[in-house]
Amino acid sequence: MTDLLILLGVVLGIIAISKVVSVLDMVATAKGENSYMPNARENRFQARLMPVFLIVYFAFIAWQLVAWGDRMLPVAASEHGEIVDNLMDITWIVITPVFVITHILLFYFAWKYAYDKNRKATYFSHSNKLEILWTAIPATVLLVLILYGLSIWNDITTPLTAEDDKIEIELYARQFDWTARYPGEDGKFGEASVRLIEGVNMLGIDSTDVNAADDKYVKAEFYLPVNKDVQFYFRAQDVIHSAYMPHFRAQMNCVPGMTTRFQFKPNKTTAEMKEITGDEDFEYYLLCNKICGAAHYNMKMEIKVVSEEDYNKWLSEQKEFLAVEESIETNSEESPQMDTIQTKVGESTQLSVLN
Amino acid sequence: MGATAHHEDNDFLFKYIFSTDHKMIAKQFFLTGSLMGLIGMVMSMIFRLQLGYPGESFAFLEPILGSWAPEGILAPDKYLALVTIHGTIMVFFLLTAGLSGTFSNLLIPLQIGARDMASGFMNMLSYWFFFISSCVMIASLFVEGGPAAGGWTIYPPLSALPQAMPGSGMGMTLWITSMSLFIVSSLIGSLNYIVTVFNLRTKGMTMTRLPLTIWAFLITAVLGVLSFPVLFSAVLLLLFDRSFGTSFYLSDIYISGGALEVAGGSPILYEHLFWFLGHPEVYIILLPALGITSEVVATNSRKPIFGYRAMIGSILAIAFISFLVWGHHMFVTGMNPFLGAVFTFTTLLVAIPSAVKVFNYLTTLWKGNIRFTPAMLFAIGLVSTFITGGLTGIILGDSALDINVHDTYFVVGHFHIVMGLSGTFGMISGIYHWFPKMFGRMLDKNLGYLHFWATIVAAYGVFFPMHFLGLAGVPRRYYANTEFPMFNEMYDINELITVFAMIAGFAQLFFIFNVFYSMFKGPKAPQNPWESTTLEWTAPVKHLHGNWPGELPVVHRWPYDYSKPGMEEDFIPQTVPLREGEEESH
Repeated sequence: MTDLLILLGVVLGIIAISKVVSVLDMVATAKGENSYMPNARENRFQARLMPVFLIVYFAFIAWQLVAWGDRMLPVAASEHGEIVDNLMDITWIVITPVFVITHILLFYFAWKYAYDKNRKATYFSHSNKLEILWTAIPATVLLVLILYGLSIWNDITTPLTAEDDKIEIELYARQFDWTARYPGEDGKFGEASVRLIEGVNMLGIDSTDVNAADDKYVKAEFYLPVNKDVQFYFRAQDVIHSAYMPHFRAQMNCVPGMTTRFQFKPNKTTAEMKEITGDEDFEYYLLCNKICGAAHYNMKMEIKVVSEEDYNKWLSEQKEFLAVEESIETNSEESPQMDTIQTKVGESTQLSVLN
Repeated sequence: MGATAHHEDNDFLFKYIFSTDHKMIAKQFFLTGSLMGLIGMVMSMIFRLQLGYPGESFAFLEPILGSWAPEGILAPDKYLALVTIHGTIMVFFLLTAGLSGTFSNLLIPLQIGARDMASGFMNMLSYWFFFISSCVMIASLFVEGGPAAGGWTIYPPLSALPQAMPGSGMGMTLWITSMSLFIVSSLIGSLNYIVTVFNLRTKGMTMTRLPLTIWAFLITAVLGVLSFPVLFSAVLLLLFDRSFGTSFYLSDIYISGGALEVAGGSPILYEHLFWFLGHPEVYIILLPALGITSEVVATNSRKPIFGYRAMIGSILAIAFISFLVWGHHMFVTGMNPFLGAVFTFTTLLVAIPSAVKVFNYLTTLWKGNIRFTPAMLFAIGLVSTFITGGLTGIILGDSALDINVHDTYFVVGHFHIVMGLSGTFGMISGIYHWFPKMFGRMLDKNLGYLHFWATIVAAYGVFFPMHFLGLAGVPRRYYANTEFPMFNEMYDINELITVFAMIAGFAQLFFIFNVFYSMFKGPKAPQNPWESTTLEWTAPVKHLHGNWPGELPVVHRWPYDYSKPGMEEDFIPQTVPLREGEEESH
């Protein structure tokens, strides 16, 4: 309730100030001392505020850079990320001077050419030379930026080929968590469909598919080997999500009904990054970056980047899809909903035996 | 029309409510649009409280918001609802209908020398469709499950499936209804503006003697006519998916414990349709604001706008390119990377005509004789926000860079500065400048100064730090940044933004007070308070149905003859014939 009173107080206070100002102005108008048109003194005062504002604005930006500069994302943890950061730096180098110079000109001119009734403005209505100049210069600079940017974009988006030494991971999104699936020994993901989602088979993996048996899936955290290309596939089961891994400069939407892809090569392990940032608790995160419902702000997975050795060790400790399904089979005999899973698991057991 | 017009003037209902007079309709758009804008702004202040002080209880929220804020803490899905409706209101109701509706209506007939719009009746319909649309949007706040909450872009499947979130039920149906009515309003209005500019210009008012405001309003209307129908088709198909079991946007979906019988659709189709409007929409907001700025800067610099033809050229170029860039909102949707490359190229092209406009404004100020009216201050503020926000667009438009800042606070900072602030500054500048034309009285100057300085300082205080949040990887549309250690340490930045948001919000009270006080008690306006050259200032202060008593004014020169050498006055109205030997050079 006190909050509400304070709120009311502020509103009434501002209205009271407004009222006082307007009444004073009315009195001054009646005496002929005030007009809607700013007089010489007012013009001078507002003109002086121009450079003052410019300095305050620049100082505010400088203060933010100093105070928050070290809170920005640390150095990129992926190969392409370092190139992207370089492009970002170049872009800042191009746009910062334009920002500074145009702002100085804007507020300098505003201050310098404040109204003076003894002076007449210069009638200068056009100059084709100037127009061509400031069409051509931005066009040239932008062309260079575009070409460089597009060559990087091309590198990032060129798909890995079958020959490339890589690991593959499927990131699966739903309200409101992530699952990472690895294809297992055979290097092939089992088919999956939302129509097969049932009980613990929350990815809808087709247990009749021979490729599915050794698939592995994990929640809460997943591992990546350092210095090896990772091909990501993204799926979503309900609404659009977005797999955002800011430390790797990687982002791709997860769209129901289609598989999207992105690839990068992590080049710093979690341990190395802890050292670089000087933060013992540093972790890489996968987060959802497309509005997906009420708990959107808390949809995450930790990413551990480790040596290939540790990665293989970790992966070998994860259960295969088939094993997970079977353990459910033995644990939930009484549960009638599990019937269909059991039949499917039965079929796939036969298949894998045949295999 | 004379006799009936006279009759209507005497009838309260037809004078103030069902008016077909463009000046009254402009005022209706101004008041309705601004009221909606005020609601949108208050919403942003409420959700900023949550972002600045996540989880903290604000007792006063409970009596205002009821079940939306149990124990005084905003609920997560209602946070998203507020963000969604804030965006919708600001983009469409304030900065499209409020801005174009007010100034296109007020200025097109007055500045081209016409008695009214081509169709006064359609103009009235345009307002009433907008009014009903506003009512439906506000009504959606009170239905079960709350209003639409999937972001102002309402991407399916989130918006298509009532199971996905509470706001995707009745609230979303009303959102679609409201927007459909809004699109009808916009189309009727825009067609009217286009026809009026082409057909009803007074004698001597050639296309190259039109004030830049009119050029901006004309091209804005063309953009609206070409792009709003596409949004209409997008939401219509969404309605089919929601209500009639079609799968335009849906495929392979499992939700609430069951797989849906939908197949073959794609949410990406919706995104293409949405952004085909969505991007030109940015210029539907910006062009009128820039047009107003051209007029205000030239008048108050007592100097012709620099590069009149280049300004027209850049308006046309921006409008044309704006139809070819929608894909830059979709770089990370899984769209073909080659398309991404094309959209990067077209997007960065927009920077060229935008740069031309900025340099032309700067050159207009150079060696001017500047009068710092509140309108002029807001126009200068617009040039600053247009530069600041425009430059970060070069980062977002570059597909390789966009990957990592897409959908972060960097984007929120960028578009609020370049579109939100520039749009509102343009609109406010226009209100200070043309208030005497609208209400026959003057706004208070000193309150205007207070309003401007409080607003620009607080607005930059709100939106500039957002770039830093974005570069730290903080996503937009997060209810709280408490779940990630790396974002949790940003709490003081969020707090700072919230404090500035409160200041910016309360600073608008100076304006609101000023408008309502001056409307009734302000000093009476003279015929031509700003010593301006354009035709609207030759019309009598007291509004007449038909604008000019007797003959329509005849135009003899372009609209920017300020401080012309060899002339006594520092402005020559468009109605003054060229003197002997005088050249109309521009």
